[in-house]
Amino acid sequence: MAVEQVLKIRDLRIESISGLCLVNNISLELKRGEVLGLIGESGAGKSTIGIGAMAYTRAGCRITGGTVEIDGVSIRDLTSEGRREQRGQHIAYIAQSAAASFNPAHTLLDQVCEMPIQHGLMNPKEAKEWAIELFKALDLPNPETIGYRYPHQVSGGQLQRVMTAMAMSCRPDILVFDEPTTALDVTTQIEVLALIKKVIKDYNLAALYITHDLAVVAQISDRIMVLRGGNMIELGDTDQILSNPKDPYTHALVSERKQADHLSKELDKPRGEIILDIKNALGVYGDFKAVNDVTLNVAKGETVAVVGESGSGKSSLARLIVGLLPRTSGSVKFRGNELSVELKGRSKDDLRQIQFIYQLPDVALNPRQTIGEIIGRPVAFYYNKSPSEVKARVAELLRQVGLPEDYAGRLSTQLSGGQKQRICIARALAADPDLIICDEPTSALDQLVADEILKLLKKLQDDLGVAYLFITHDLGIVRRIAHRTAVMLKGQLVDEGPTTKIFAPPYHPYTENLLASVPEMRTDWLESVLKKRGGSKREREKAAAG
Amino acid sequence: MKIFGHKPNGLAWVGLTIVGFFVFLAIFAPWIAPYNQSETVGDTWAAASSTSWFGTDQIGRDLLSRIVYGARMTIGIALATTILSFLIGTTLGLLASTGGNVIDQILSRIVDIMLSIPLLVFALIILSMFGSSIPTLVITIAVLDSTRVFRLARAVSMNIAVLEYVEAAKLRGEGLWWVMTKEVLPNVLPPMISEFGLRFCFNFLFVAGLSFLGLGIQPPFADWGGMVRENGKAISFGLFAPLYPAAMIALMTIGVNLIVDWILSINARPSGASAEM
Repeated sequence: MAVEQVLKIRDLRIESISGLCLVNNISLELKRGEVLGLIGESGAGKSTIGIGAMAYTRAGCRITGGTVEIDGVSIRDLTSEGRREQRGQHIAYIAQSAAASFNPAHTLLDQVCEMPIQHGLMNPKEAKEWAIELFKALDLPNPETIGYRYPHQVSGGQLQRVMTAMAMSCRPDILVFDEPTTALDVTTQIEVLALIKKVIKDYNLAALYITHDLAVVAQISDRIMVLRGGNMIELGDTDQILSNPKDPYTHALVSERKQADHLSKELDKPRGEIILDIKNALGVYGDFKAVNDVTLNVAKGETVAVVGESGSGKSSLARLIVGLLPRTSGSVKFRGNELSVELKGRSKDDLRQIQFIYQLPDVALNPRQTIGEIIGRPVAFYYNKSPSEVKARVAELLRQVGLPEDYAGRLSTQLSGGQKQRICIARALAADPDLIICDEPTSALDQLVADEILKLLKKLQDDLGVAYLFITHDLGIVRRIAHRTAVMLKGQLVDEGPTTKIFAPPYHPYTENLLASVPEMRTDWLESVLKKRGGSKREREKAAAG
Repeated sequence: MKIFGHKPNGLAWVGLTIVGFFVFLAIFAPWIAPYNQSETVGDTWAAASSTSWFGTDQIGRDLLSRIVYGARMTIGIALATTILSFLIGTTLGLLASTGGNVIDQILSRIVDIMLSIPLLVFALIILSMFGSSIPTLVITIAVLDSTRVFRLARAVSMNIAVLEYVEAAKLRGEGLWWVMTKEVLPNVLPPMISEFGLRFCFNFLFVAGLSFLGLGIQPPFADWGGMVRENGKAISFGLFAPLYPAAMIALMTIGVNLIVDWILSINARPSGASAEM
């Protein structure tokens, strides 16, 4: 097919109704067969540009300037009818959360076939045949029959692929991928990435690929546009952005991400006194063994990472330790003291010694309390301090987590995500604990903000000697901060030891699979991994289990 | 001008003016009303005149004076009832959502049983058993109405009680009272406040309805629902007498609803389609 610009965006400007500029004069062009990666932190305007390419905006925003041309047709000049014709047939959108994007009351096939039938492009029989062909192309199991299932009957990775099939059902020229693999586990992400890459090539499509992960975008795109606060920071070939970024912001992003590929040097250190000792713990939800015979310990002042895919029982283990999930058998000792099975049976001091930091700082802080109340409460509760002593301690804690003291009077809703997480850390520190359980504390944060939080946690550990049980799915974080690593699979601990040993051969087969699935910062990573793997996913799973 | 940090819109001002006016009447009734509420000043259903602007009622009392005093009785009782009903309903609703499954089941089933009996029938039984004094009336309506408040408070706080800041408080070792009042209650207030307005309207109409049936506020006290009943027959003679108190009931209901609509609109998220859709 001839080289042609299928998508041309010129000086696109999108504002919210209150006049805030979300996308500031962005121009881009897409050729057939080309993938442009849009990268940036949250609020950078990535998704807004992605759907703006369809001349659509979310409620409360509007396009105030610029042109959007699809196949030479300026779609901002069309009527809403005309735009509807364009959408789906020429440009299609693939959302981040497949689970939230399907109607649970209809079968997958109905939803995939709906668009071509609605647009009058195919009759139901043709649409069905095309859908099955797409299912085959996307390597879905049982392509002839999977369409008769409902969205909840397939896995997250499969659903994401079905959504790609749905977007391709009208044979569009352009696909807009909005973080299609962010919600997936690393081992699933790699499959979806490979297939997205394959269909783009096979059907000679153009694509916008939106993500916050540089390593992911490196695998799939020809060019990368770096965005920040609605402005374009840098646009260049993928190789150039990764190896030779020109803008300091891009440089910070790239070097931060590269850190995650290497083991930190400070991780080897002698273990101190064991403070948390879990032996053969069993935690169940009904018949389901969420935590199955786990034995693990944490020493004073060290970081133990618990890694695994979603559903592997990481968070359940944390809940079992603090008593939110009563253990069915086994023992959990803290400083030699057997902890009560249930939360209610624990003394104030038992509770004080183990603190918790949550994944989502937004819901971990009461929106109707001031920062001073939130941080001050544990001080008053555990130590019976007078109001003036509490106030002094709050100021000290705020200083420790790197926030100004006058934040004590603010509400948490007035803070950014990273600041909120700092407040959560301060609240945990207020109890002066020996162990802090961190449940994915950085996964909801932007890359550079997450980096700051990790540095803060590390510094606090050096200053105060607090131990962390760090639950994460991000092996890059583990490499940087964890002295020891525990790998969980289906509720069981499959591998445990010093991080330097876990991350070096000989690997446990599952750990190896997990490690190999984490995208690295080079453009040929995906291809090399796929080549090395060769066999199908099922064979590999067999190998991992054995 | 701002109220609770928000600027009322046009319709909200209409509502505030209506309610403000009636509250003013209720508070200063003895000074505003030209006559006493039980004083006979003329013939039965006398026409409007310069001495009694709305005319007189079925035994010759001044209608305007009775409407002014009626504001005091009707609004006062509705307000007392709604406040009591919210105290009971919200407390129990929060208790059900945070106190564990057993408490929740017991409270919810009791409420289910109460809700299965029609409200008016229930009220009529209790009022005819205990007689219709003002305290009985207030307590009866409040208890019956609190079942609805309980349902809402429980539903809203169920969503709050599973959030992580509540879990964090439990992990800290906080007691039930702290969790209920400090962590959950402040976050259920916005929907509860708008519900307060709606329940107030409902209770207000319910009191008026009971008075109309003769089981509400007893003579010689004036109240709007009772006045409609007393003067009902006048309508067949082509007289306006029952329409004045009926209009007051309608006006007050509209006023409160306008304010409630405004409060609801503050809590709602900004929505609306994009210009380019």
